[in-house]
Amino acid sequence: MSKANLLDRRQVVNTLLADRKDALVVAGLGASTYDLAAAGDHARNLYLWGAMGGAVMIGLGLALAQPKLPVVVVTGDGEMLMGMGSLATVGLQKPKNLTILVLDNEAYGETGGQVSHTSASADLVGVARACGIPDSKEISTLGEIEAFAKLMQDVTSGPRFANVKIDGANLERVLSNRDGMFIMTRLRGALGHAPI
Amino acid sequence: MVESAPVMSVSWPAHVFHELQTARVVQVAYVPDAGHGALIDLCHADTAMRAVSLTTEEEGVAMLAGAWLGGQRGALLLQSSGVGNCINMLALNQECRIPLLALVTMRGEWGEFNPWQVPMGSSTQGVFELSGIRVLRATEPAEVKDVMEAAASQAYNACTPTALLLSQRLIGTKVFVK
Repeated sequence: MSKANLLDRRQVVNTLLADRKDALVVAGLGASTYDLAAAGDHARNLYLWGAMGGAVMIGLGLALAQPKLPVVVVTGDGEMLMGMGSLATVGLQKPKNLTILVLDNEAYGETGGQVSHTSASADLVGVARACGIPDSKEISTLGEIEAFAKLMQDVTSGPRFANVKIDGANLERVLSNRDGMFIMTRLRGALGHAPI
Repeated sequence: MVESAPVMSVSWPAHVFHELQTARVVQVAYVPDAGHGALIDLCHADTAMRAVSLTTEEEGVAMLAGAWLGGQRGALLLQSSGVGNCINMLALNQECRIPLLALVTMRGEWGEFNPWQVPMGSSTQGVFELSGIRVLRATEPAEVKDVMEAAASQAYNACTPTALLLSQRLIGTKVFVK
């Protein structure tokens, strides 16, 4: 299912977040977290260094708690496959302010590049749609990412899901902060929530 | 033999629900469960709560972490058989110091009919403790209110991830009469 002219993952995330405004961004374990760090550190970023399979559900809890803010989950195909049931839960809850973007390199880049199910048979857009997220699509150009970035600001028309086939090149790791308590406390602080 | 209704002289689910309200819990994540049936219905009926049905229990651990990040309190309703599903996701609570209030209906510990429930029921408390979650237990209907209040308080006032085990003896009492 590989295609020519695949997008660069860093360019995709940079473009998605270039004008992020107040958006809260959750990045899944692995390369997605490095992509989010590479796009620029931000108090409203949640970098995951574990909890594989949980990115979409963290996004859902955040989206339900903050319905006026755009909540964006950026994750990889492997992380999404592990949490596939969460698409059914999102499909049932239909949070209008939740956007999910999967960076699909058809491989587990963090563990040595083993091929993932999306390389051969699994269609995540089909899964998302079948789980009750009708606004689910494949994205293949930066122009579409720019349009998607505008859409993600609309907190009245979600949830939406996009899968973007990206170049499989392993890029230099850009390490975000990995102290979970710091990241969490900073994000809560940005939303006006004091420590206990 | 005729199976009568379960004996619930004290309506413990109502006490649990009241404590959830008092603790200002908003997001209630659950995997459908007979023992939690009445509580789930109460949560769905409360417009101040958002009851969310999950496909598997670890989804709830992650969702409630997101809720806390966003400034809302949550509770996870599950059966002991689902506790094992949560283990890796509980890293969120330890590493990010995110509170958890898990209400667990126990199986496999009191007159169980289904042997498949016994392994996870036997290890539920140990699994939680090894995962950094404090465990409280309620066995008698009359103590549910106090134990639930203590669990919610330490979860949210002390930011301490807590599981309340609701004994099978509490939830499963049935009377058989001719």
